[in-house]
Amino acid sequence: MITLAHFLTLAAVLLCIAVAGFFINRKNVIVLLMCIELLLLAVNTNFIAFSRYLGDPSGQVFVFFILTVAAAEAAIGLAILVVLFRNRATIDVTDIDKLKG
Amino acid sequence: MTFELLCFYFFGTVAVVAALSVISVKNSVVAALCLVLTFFSMACVWLLAQAEFLGVALALVYVGAVMVLFLFVVMMLDVDFAPLREGFVRFLPVGVLVAVVMLVEMLMMIGVRTLQTPPSEDPAMLAGMSNLEWLGYTLFRDFILPFEIAALILTVGLIAAVTLNERKRSHTKLQNPSRQVMVKREDRVRLVKMAAEKKGEAAP
Amino acid sequence: MMLDKSILLTIVLAPLFGALVAGLFGKRIGRVASHSVTIAGVGLSCALSILVLYKLVWGGAEVFNQNIYTWFEVGSTSAHVGFLIDRLTAMMMVVVTFVSLMVHVYTIGYMAEDDGYERFFSYIALFTFSMLMLVMSNNFLQLFFGWEAVGLVSYLLIGFWYKRPTAIFANMKAFLVNRVGDFGFILGIAGVLLWFGGSLDYAAVFAHAQDPSLDMASRSVELIAGHPWQVATIVCICLFIGAMGKSAQVPLHVWLPDSMEGPTPISALIHAATMVTAGIFMVARMSPLFELSETALTFVLVIGATTALFTGLIGVVQNDIKRVVAYSTLSQLGYMTVALGVSAYSAGVFHLMTHAFFKALLFLGAGSVIIAMHHEQDMRHMGGLRKYMPITWITMWIGSLALAGAPGFAGFFSKDAIIEAVGESHRLGAGYAYFCVLAGVFITALYSFRLLYMTFHGKERFAVVPVKQHHGHDDHIHYGPGELAHAPHESPWVVMVPLVLLAIPSVVIGFLTIGPMLFGDYFGNAIFVREANDVLGELGREFHGALAMTVHGFTQPPFWIALAGFIVATWIWLFNPRIADKAENALRPLHTALVNKYWFDNIYQAVFARGGIRFGRGLWRGSDAALIDGAINGSASLIDQASALLRRLQSGYLYHYAFAMILGLILLLGGSWWVLTRIAA
Repeated sequence: MITLAHFLTLAAVLLCIAVAGFFINRKNVIVLLMCIELLLLAVNTNFIAFSRYLGDPSGQVFVFFILTVAAAEAAIGLAILVVLFRNRATIDVTDIDKLKG
Repeated sequence: MTFELLCFYFFGTVAVVAALSVISVKNSVVAALCLVLTFFSMACVWLLAQAEFLGVALALVYVGAVMVLFLFVVMMLDVDFAPLREGFVRFLPVGVLVAVVMLVEMLMMIGVRTLQTPPSEDPAMLAGMSNLEWLGYTLFRDFILPFEIAALILTVGLIAAVTLNERKRSHTKLQNPSRQVMVKREDRVRLVKMAAEKKGEAAP
Repeated sequence: MMLDKSILLTIVLAPLFGALVAGLFGKRIGRVASHSVTIAGVGLSCALSILVLYKLVWGGAEVFNQNIYTWFEVGSTSAHVGFLIDRLTAMMMVVVTFVSLMVHVYTIGYMAEDDGYERFFSYIALFTFSMLMLVMSNNFLQLFFGWEAVGLVSYLLIGFWYKRPTAIFANMKAFLVNRVGDFGFILGIAGVLLWFGGSLDYAAVFAHAQDPSLDMASRSVELIAGHPWQVATIVCICLFIGAMGKSAQVPLHVWLPDSMEGPTPISALIHAATMVTAGIFMVARMSPLFELSETALTFVLVIGATTALFTGLIGVVQNDIKRVVAYSTLSQLGYMTVALGVSAYSAGVFHLMTHAFFKALLFLGAGSVIIAMHHEQDMRHMGGLRKYMPITWITMWIGSLALAGAPGFAGFFSKDAIIEAVGESHRLGAGYAYFCVLAGVFITALYSFRLLYMTFHGKERFAVVPVKQHHGHDDHIHYGPGELAHAPHESPWVVMVPLVLLAIPSVVIGFLTIGPMLFGDYFGNAIFVREANDVLGELGREFHGALAMTVHGFTQPPFWIALAGFIVATWIWLFNPRIADKAENALRPLHTALVNKYWFDNIYQAVFARGGIRFGRGLWRGSDAALIDGAINGSASLIDQASALLRRLQSGYLYHYAFAMILGLILLLGGSWWVLTRIAA
């Protein structure tokens, strides 16, 4: 019997892995983008689980929109990454501090 | 332990392990492939939650498109990944600590209410239709305007990605029709008046 | 029978139309069209006003009191544009439009060479509109609108020659002094709204004031704890302060002499005949309120009496022909105010009417002299003009006789009535006032005939210098005092006609109207006098027709006093001009005081003007520069320093921001867990 708690726990684990990824891969932008995808995946799983257990299709519709936005975000993020690499020949986050106050 | 629960544990474990690989492997290409695995396993988990459409969409969109894009970029850029790994070990404890704290907190949150809700009948089935129909009705009836906006956002994202990477090429030759039409005889031919040459003086 | 609303609207709007056309399109349509359209508007207005007066007096029309238009409504208070047309209003309308018409015609001649010709016509037509709105109003708010509008036009016209620094000074002064009065006035209106039934409508307020069950006369309020003041006194004194500003009563009289910087036609129209009498009209209109307060009436009486005597004295030493007439105006306004102060409102309004005619006549005559003398206004450089301009001479004599109160002339009836009313009154201060008005009669005769003798009689104190060096024909500026390019000449017919037309009522209007206006029931319910205060009623018992009064007038003290003034003036200025200089030396301190106008201007300059500047400078340095700028600059630098600290947080490294976010998330999760467990427990 899969209960709601099963899904939520799995999502929580994935989310924490993604967060840990932020810390240990703090220089590599590509991995950071992947971690964002992982985060969104965890969130989406929560939505689907609640939608299933509350019997409301809005949750799944929400996931649909998140997928849309995430795809767009990945596309633009990677495009920026390419431009960044072309201009600065690095994707090291520690080198990118133009916005320093 | 039912078959479903068994499947859940299996796919869940695969997803978690793959996710751990994503954040820990040295090679970014491997990381991207591990992410594919994670997504695929989670698509299976979604199927277990009777979200067939989204599960398939996740496999198609992410595994088929987004992750390929990731791989493409990783391979295209000539990045030396070694220096990017610096500090990996140094920040490992911090990352693990933060992650564990968060996990504990979230699990406690889950435990506040006993969420041991047994799954009810599939709501789509209760409504007498498939998951796809169920979702489709909602999407095109209640959420049609957000749906249109989502389409617009994707288009904008497409255009943005293209524009960001557009480069002025230096050696391309282009036609300029308006200048071609406006050209005059004087621009092309120059009449030069010069003294007639006498016979005998011509160059040999 | 009701008066037709459209007639009343036409009376008001015709001058406004003329003013707008002449003001907005004046330069485009030209001079002739500008003066035609404004004169047509005012002429129409005048004709209809006479029609309205006729209907009210002989046609049996009822009093018209209606709201025409609702301006705005705020809760239960609403402001209307409405007309109250009774005989008082009708009389004022005829006086205003008639004098205005005369002045319009006169202006064609007087301003012929001025660049601002069209502008001037626009202003005076606008003035006529504003004044009509003031007198025809049926509520306090519209009265205040008209009050301010005439003040504005007065300001514009005093500063008509805006390139003269003195004119700009004078119009600023007039405006500022009037602000003092208007402040009192609007406080008075607020008091009316507060204490007299919450309405601004005349009829409602007066009904409230006269309602015996409310007993407004004994109602009081403690503005300062422990000192109850009668409500009616507060309201009436505030309203009268407004009248003091507009009607130039001491100590707010200082602006009127300076207003002579404006062109002479407006001196006649605004600063003699109509606008300055608005205060008198207003008090007469508010008679039901003023009757409630003995104190306020005493105040009015004392102020009026002081003005009547002491400003007249200044007139004796002035040498500028217009200023003499201006001080005479002040003095006569004082007479009117005295009449109001003894509850003889009808007499005040009656004097207002006769004064409007003969004082306009005097001003226009003075203007005619000024034209003839090529804008020389100093009487010391005149003399003997009689033979050059006979019509002006005769009409000026008529005006002066009327002013001095020669029996039979208009001023005689009105002024005599005031003096007798003061004599009858038992109000506190009536004795002082009686002395002032009697002495004023002597002074009036003195300066009136002094003006005539210095201007028209005696030796010519100017020289005709036909051509002077290389200067152009019209170049007056380079002529010295008392030098003229060519001999004085009689003014054109457009100047003469108004003089003659004003001279006629200056002679006959008093004789014709004293019976009904003072002792009959001409004013009906428009003016309310309590039984105990009705001095005119007592006089009326001894009144046996205007002719009898004229004859009787020869035996009365005012006549002898005026005659004494006439004789002294004749003796000094016609036959022995040197005596004036001797008297001047003999009475040096008095003369100095008079020439300096009792130092009112100097005191105001020192105390209010300089004090205001000093106060403002103190505020600027102390509160603006130090306090406000300090607060602003201080807060700016505070933010600057705070952000200098905060910017250290902006490392620019992505993972710092991500770490901060996640830290926040952890705290949020922990917090919500804590809260949720508490709720669950």
